[in-house]
Amino acid sequence: MLTTDKKRLQKRHRAETRFRAYGVLSLMAAAGILFTLIYSIVSSGYTAFYRTTLLLDIKLDAERIAVTPPYSRNALMQGRYSSLVKSALYAQFPEVTDRRERRELSSLLSPGAELAVRDYLIDHPDSLGTTIALEVPMSSDFDQLYKEHLPRSGENIRFSEQQLQWFDRLLEEGRIEYGFNTQFLFGGDSRYPELAGIAGAVVGSFYALLVCFLLSFPLGIAAATYLEEFAPKTGLTRIIEANINNLAAVPSVIFGLLGLAIFLNVFGLPRSTPLVGGIVLSLMTLPTIIIATRASIRSVSPGIRQAGLAMGASPVQVVFHHVLPVAMPGTLTGTIIGLAQALGETAPLLMIGMVAFIANVPTTPLDPSAALPVQIFLWAESAERGFVEKTSAAIMVIMMFLIMMNLLAVIIRTRTQSKVE
Amino acid sequence: MDYVMTADSTDTNDNIIRQKRYSLGSKASVSRTDVKMTAEGVNVFYGAEQALDDININIHSKQITALIGPSGCGKSTFLRCLNRMNDVIDGCRVNGRITLDGEDIYAPSVDVVSIRSHIGMVFQKPNPFPKSIFENVVYGPKIHGLAQTQDEIEEIAISSLKKAGLFEEVKDRLHAPATGLSGGQQQRLCIARAISINPGVLLMDEPCSALDPIATARIEDLMWELKESITIIIVTHSMQQASRVSQQTGFFHMGVIAEVGTTEQIFQNPVDPRTRDYITGRFG
Repeated sequence: MLTTDKKRLQKRHRAETRFRAYGVLSLMAAAGILFTLIYSIVSSGYTAFYRTTLLLDIKLDAERIAVTPPYSRNALMQGRYSSLVKSALYAQFPEVTDRRERRELSSLLSPGAELAVRDYLIDHPDSLGTTIALEVPMSSDFDQLYKEHLPRSGENIRFSEQQLQWFDRLLEEGRIEYGFNTQFLFGGDSRYPELAGIAGAVVGSFYALLVCFLLSFPLGIAAATYLEEFAPKTGLTRIIEANINNLAAVPSVIFGLLGLAIFLNVFGLPRSTPLVGGIVLSLMTLPTIIIATRASIRSVSPGIRQAGLAMGASPVQVVFHHVLPVAMPGTLTGTIIGLAQALGETAPLLMIGMVAFIANVPTTPLDPSAALPVQIFLWAESAERGFVEKTSAAIMVIMMFLIMMNLLAVIIRTRTQSKVE
Repeated sequence: MDYVMTADSTDTNDNIIRQKRYSLGSKASVSRTDVKMTAEGVNVFYGAEQALDDININIHSKQITALIGPSGCGKSTFLRCLNRMNDVIDGCRVNGRITLDGEDIYAPSVDVVSIRSHIGMVFQKPNPFPKSIFENVVYGPKIHGLAQTQDEIEEIAISSLKKAGLFEEVKDRLHAPATGLSGGQQQRLCIARAISINPGVLLMDEPCSALDPIATARIEDLMWELKESITIIIVTHSMQQASRVSQQTGFFHMGVIAEVGTTEQIFQNPVDPRTRDYITGRFG
């Protein structure tokens, strides 16, 4: 008796241990994949937050800039700064006189170098006529060389022997600085990797999500509340319910086409703007919010509704005073998940033209703009080596946003739930 | 069909305090014409199925009327007709006449919200709003505009909680969540909430079935105090409870009201054979 029991028990224990091992293994596999993903993105992307600059002594000569008094902001904007920066660089290498060699030398500088001088002068108009020491951005290739992303030797070498010598000399003289890249965080997009910034895409995505939230949150709650609490249970409402669920499964590119056909072509809304992007995204978010809200309304205990009605509250009062507050945590969680999906959505934005190259950071939702996922798409298909790290860095930024939104969802859920319970 | 309770029933209850209260309570309703609510020929249908058939009963003012009967006999359905809670159930039809102070509560001109402000209800399962204790008791006065200033609101809250015998237990945590109270406390809070708008009638749908005996005793004591000012109708499964608290009892059986009479008469001397069988425990 006891021995057969023991055998069966051992078998059951073994099965249990085996099952637990499977669980641990699959968790480890998932964690490993996640770690690999994050490691590969962070390791190739973190350098985008740094850049190399060249310290040059620049003589701010009004004549060479071609500005005349009064030195208004506008006049300074139109000045010519290119030769100023170049001569400052040539001054470091007096032995280089040949035109061809000088051109090679000047390719160490980014086209953004002259802009840096211009911006400095606009901020400090008094310094006109003096010589200043200014850090100007280096060109992307040499930035990548410094970060050791491009080889110094080999088959596809992009640098001449001389250029490498100049670079090493500048490095020895301590003229090459490596510092935090504020332009990446606060600037707009650019054709030049060393000048490209993510702010345009971040602000564009923010406006699009804002529009999306303002449209889909009230509409979603209103639709869900009506369907759950007020709509008569007829065949028509059942058809509507089924179609809302279907809508959540429609490929997003189709919503993009719809946006193109209706919002741009029929209503004539401005192309490439976060406004239209937000409207299109809200079409996608709406079913998610409706489904989440309906589920959380349905889970509100009927006792609360009865109590409200018995106290003489009207059905609308019952919904607004008692049902919706209890359903709010679930609704907000669903909304944030919907918005997080919308944040990562690329295809509908391509359809409405948010894929255009826009160098400015938008100030209103009506300005043409990029969006984060589209920016990743654009940079990922750029040929320059400098955009590789930018792509990874943009992915890091969008993941930060997603993590923040999910954290917000968790915080809201625990806060409101502890208030209710 | 209709039995009017006699004012000075013979005392059979061996609880002397209860006896005292009983006679005190019934003095207030000496007048036999003092009828708070009436039901005349009430039929209720759920879809094609008839749940109640020709219900006639007079509810006397400032008394406790108990509705007893086996499960599914329609007593809760009838109770819910009295404040029109059946309105929200799909496919539920009510016909016949139910009056409150002589006014038909199903008349088209009558607003259901105003009926429910005169007829409060306490449910089987305690169902406080998931808000603070204070917010629970001031909700009714607020939506019915019974109090304007913060002082008035607080006054109503405190007096309702005192009437429900809950104030001493919760006075230090009025703003704590109501769901943190015990089951019995929650049910008394629901009573406090119901009486916060001074209803003339209080409907109680098996208010003690989810509570332990001590909490039940407290609710019953409370009902005795409340009936000085409020007409109470209670649906109960416990015949002991019906005999302890009520002055009038109606026995429901399979959708009809088999017998109505004073609690004395129903429990001592039932006329209808079905009542007799139920009371003596032969079925139910």
